[in-house]
Amino acid sequence: MVKFLPLKQAVAENLNNGDSVAFEGFTHLIPTAAAHEAIRQGFRDLTLIRMTPDLIYDQMIGMGMAKKIVFSYVGNPGVGLLRRARDAIENGFPRSIEIEEHSHAGMANAYEAGAAGLPCAVFRGYRGAGLAAVNPNIKSVTCPFTGEVLAAVPSIRPDVTFIHAQKADRKGNVLVEGIIGIQKEAVLAASRAVVTVEEVVDNFDDLHPNLTVLPRWTIAAISVVPGGSHPSYAHGYYARDNAAYLEWDEIAADREKFQAWMQANVIEKSADDFAARVDHLRKAA
Amino acid sequence: MSDNPGFTPNEMMTIAASRALHNDDVCFVGIGAPSAACNVARLTHAPDITLIYESGTIGTAPDVLPLSIGDGELCETAVTTVAVPEMFRYWLQGGRISIGFLGAAQLDKFGNINTTVIGDYFHPKTRLPGGGGAPEIATSSKEIYITMAQTKRGMVEKIDFFTSFGHGEGGDHRKRLGIDTAGPTLLITDLAIWKPDPVSKEFTVVSLHPGVTRQQVQESCGWVVKFTDTLDETPAPSELELTTLRDLQARTKAAHAGTGKEKAA
Repeated sequence: MVKFLPLKQAVAENLNNGDSVAFEGFTHLIPTAAAHEAIRQGFRDLTLIRMTPDLIYDQMIGMGMAKKIVFSYVGNPGVGLLRRARDAIENGFPRSIEIEEHSHAGMANAYEAGAAGLPCAVFRGYRGAGLAAVNPNIKSVTCPFTGEVLAAVPSIRPDVTFIHAQKADRKGNVLVEGIIGIQKEAVLAASRAVVTVEEVVDNFDDLHPNLTVLPRWTIAAISVVPGGSHPSYAHGYYARDNAAYLEWDEIAADREKFQAWMQANVIEKSADDFAARVDHLRKAA
Repeated sequence: MSDNPGFTPNEMMTIAASRALHNDDVCFVGIGAPSAACNVARLTHAPDITLIYESGTIGTAPDVLPLSIGDGELCETAVTTVAVPEMFRYWLQGGRISIGFLGAAQLDKFGNINTTVIGDYFHPKTRLPGGGGAPEIATSSKEIYITMAQTKRGMVEKIDFFTSFGHGEGGDHRKRLGIDTAGPTLLITDLAIWKPDPVSKEFTVVSLHPGVTRQQVQESCGWVVKFTDTLDETPAPSELELTTLRDLQARTKAAHAGTGKEKAA
């Protein structure tokens, strides 16, 4: 049953060295605070799963925490490349990492299959695409009814999934709205799920009946971290810090600059520092 | 380009691309140049065009161009926002998209696109972001438009990796792989408009932008360029098209610069 915990404790209780872990959120609601807590606790040999690795995996890869990444777009959205991930893939720095690359459709289908308790996902994909030749986990099956050849990928079943959401009620039910991405599937596909939220409200009684709500019994722990998805955004709370994404391109381009930034902005900080980072982004979000 | 035509090659490219879109199109929008073209179309001759971004936003009408495919503005102005698996399964794979609009880092003459690696996949010289939604956009959309600025590095005889499949080696290659959609039907660059030859499927220049010469097109392209016999000149941007694009870009610039006065500290 869900527990409300300080983030430090929620991460310590649910993440282990060697775990396969998804920190999901499709551009929106990226769980940065949880990722930073994982960095402070110094986990190793993680298999990091995320459709768009984004800044958080660039940071975790740069800190040497990943032995493998599973992804479908390893870029800084709208800006360009993820330079720490590039350094790891091209130069093996700070360590070499294994990569398993899919398309968005492949990852989305694989998460959905994981949530559905299936061993694999079947879809019309990868036709003529080079990924099928370099990723041994992309195979094909023939439809037993029509004979159509379809792509098959293994389902994604992370040991633990972290997401950020707008709010929880006092019982621990969680609401996600706006660009809901892959959060629901990533939570339901995982053995354990940890959710950071902007706030806790008394109840969800006055909400629309069809909103995306994850019942409390699907979640291991909830931590209240206002601003916890910065520089991503929380619909209804604060806007995306596009300037921070642009700045990251420069920070991540240099190994020493990156280390200094991580020391000052992650290692020496805590989850409590996130709220102030979104103050200037709150107005019309 | 002739002296000071009153618009830049990039403006001409975006505007020419916007003209290819229609009011009843359902367009899956790639970020960057395609996004600008799609929104110029929406703000000029195609006000009811349905723009879809892979973050799940359907029928979106942003006031500024999003930096990412998942900016809040896209969701706030959308008809509806669906989960990412639904986006790819029901809407794209389900055959609801009339046009997939893609950009490219590397392109060959058959409309195959590479945004994955320069060099060998396992030991890349440059690791690029990869495909994202493109591999399935390229095969499930009814047709594909591509837009990119011409360079010899970008338009190459042979791409390093098939991120998304165009016409393969040409001819009926799509059909042979069981792909029943049309694939790339239009390429808009900063110099010209290209269409695939009906049989070979090789991109062929059908229209030069105002002031552009055949030689300029060839000099910035890595394969031997074919031109149609009846070469058109692309109409220059209208006052309305130019103003719409420039206003959109000015609003976008102001919006994206405005959030960063305080660094995460």
